Amino acid sequence: MKPFAYLRPTGLPEAVAAHGGRPGSRYLGGGTNLVDLMKLGVEAPDTLVDLTGLPLASVEETSDGGLRIGSGVRNATLASHPLVRTRYPVLAQAVLAGASAQLRNVATTGGNLLQRTRCPYFQDVAKPCNKREPGSGCGARDGSHRDHAVLGHSPQCIATHPSDLAVALAVLDASVELHGPDGTRSVPAAAFHRLPGEHPERDTVVEPGEIVTAVLLPPETAGLPCRYRKARDRASYAFALASVAALLDIADGRVRRVALAFGGLAHRPWRASAAEELLRGADPTETAVRQAVEAELAGAQPLRDNAYKVPLARNLACDVLLALARAARS
Amino acid sequence: MAHPIERTRSRVRLQVNGERYEGELDHRVTLLDLLREHLGLTGAKKGCDHGQCGACTVLVDGRRANSCLLLAVAQDGADVTTVEGLGPAGPNPLQEAFLERDAFQCGYCTPGQLCSATGLLAEAAAAPGSADLSRAGIAEGMSGNLCRCGAYPRIVDAVRDVVAARENAAPGGAVRGGAVRGEAVHGEAVHGEAVHGEAVRGEVGA
Repeated sequence: MKPFAYLRPTGLPEAVAAHGGRPGSRYLGGGTNLVDLMKLGVEAPDTLVDLTGLPLASVEETSDGGLRIGSGVRNATLASHPLVRTRYPVLAQAVLAGASAQLRNVATTGGNLLQRTRCPYFQDVAKPCNKREPGSGCGARDGSHRDHAVLGHSPQCIATHPSDLAVALAVLDASVELHGPDGTRSVPAAAFHRLPGEHPERDTVVEPGEIVTAVLLPPETAGLPCRYRKARDRASYAFALASVAALLDIADGRVRRVALAFGGLAHRPWRASAAEELLRGADPTETAVRQAVEAELAGAQPLRDNAYKVPLARNLACDVLLALARAARS
Repeated sequence: MAHPIERTRSRVRLQVNGERYEGELDHRVTLLDLLREHLGLTGAKKGCDHGQCGACTVLVDGRRANSCLLLAVAQDGADVTTVEGLGPAGPNPLQEAFLERDAFQCGYCTPGQLCSATGLLAEAAAAPGSADLSRAGIAEGMSGNLCRCGAYPRIVDAVRDVVAARENAAPGGAVRGGAVRGEAVHGEAVHGEAVHGEAVRGEVGA
């Protein structure tokens, strides 16, 4: 590890100034991913700006009836918060489906969104990786890619985003608040992460020096039926091979509101807008649900060793949507 | 263009097992290395050093954490408990239960298992309505601690014994969900499922 300066400011302006948008500066939250990447040599910052001294660690109700989750709120705190559990259960479920209790006690909401892919080529500095070293190539494309993307990948990068939390945020129509040298802005959670395209080194739309300050959950999705389900190689403490977050509100036997997102399939949480379009206003029968999900996954481009993800994701999505539909009927 | 690095060391103050520590540390020193290399507390183990095995688990301000992923400088002011601090006057009930149940083979992961189980029990006591201390709930709650010897069933037995003892000591009291599976937020949907039907434990890597 390279020696680095460490700063722990207590105010937002000081934090932004300390970072300065310099390439060698990194913000530090819980550090569960960043410190690991520093050990691996993937990250070699010269300055760490620790954000845990900032007042960003609270969950608050907003005046419009939504929730504001500070980016410094630890994953365990988020998942056990009564208002999260009762109003946005898919979020609590997704967080608890990720990592271990030890990691959830430390990892923050902002850091969860900003964590990097666990692609083994990205994490091994001796291997080519366009995300880590643009232009060096992608070792995974013809190499070991069983865990990699089947949707939205590019010739440059087939990595997946590892967050469970972000998949839940996508169906809750959450937004992410950013604070930088030019002020504050917010972006929809579903547009926070990028597709790799020709610039896989950029995971998100965050600009240099910007801080993720909060996640905002809107009142519109509060209390609606929603659910998270995740498939992985072992029963706990593993990243998703495929996961599904779904929200399904049914009135008079018809779908009034639906949101579906996949994790583990793409460089970002994959909001299934084609499937949603087909289901909106429809009677959510087994046939209708299956056709909608299959229409979404028709665009999948699996690689040599990860074609299994397509039926796995299809079955997960059908199961979760139909379970929500059954619950609405009973 | 590089940012001038003014200081790469800082003064760090911690409470470790009830004793004050103060010293100047290189910012790169992890809490695990501080404990093992600077303070001689070798109970917390360096297994994977990447937050994947849980052998380095300690309690930071009462919450279990992987000490290998914490920079010591970022823990300034924290109260740390290692396995050495769990039963300073002899084995505590959890440690007795591990002995009684023979909940180890080689013992390398045991300090982390003990600290993790201590954290699990504290979390359950703090949120009695949502804690799941059934066998499955304990297995899930302890999934951040790998045991290459495969002592998992006995580790769960040992933790269950402590839960049962607490329930007997305080019938209808704070610790619930032992015999009955609570209405935990992590119901079936949360646990996720192994694609191959059964949990494959003891393999690091995800």
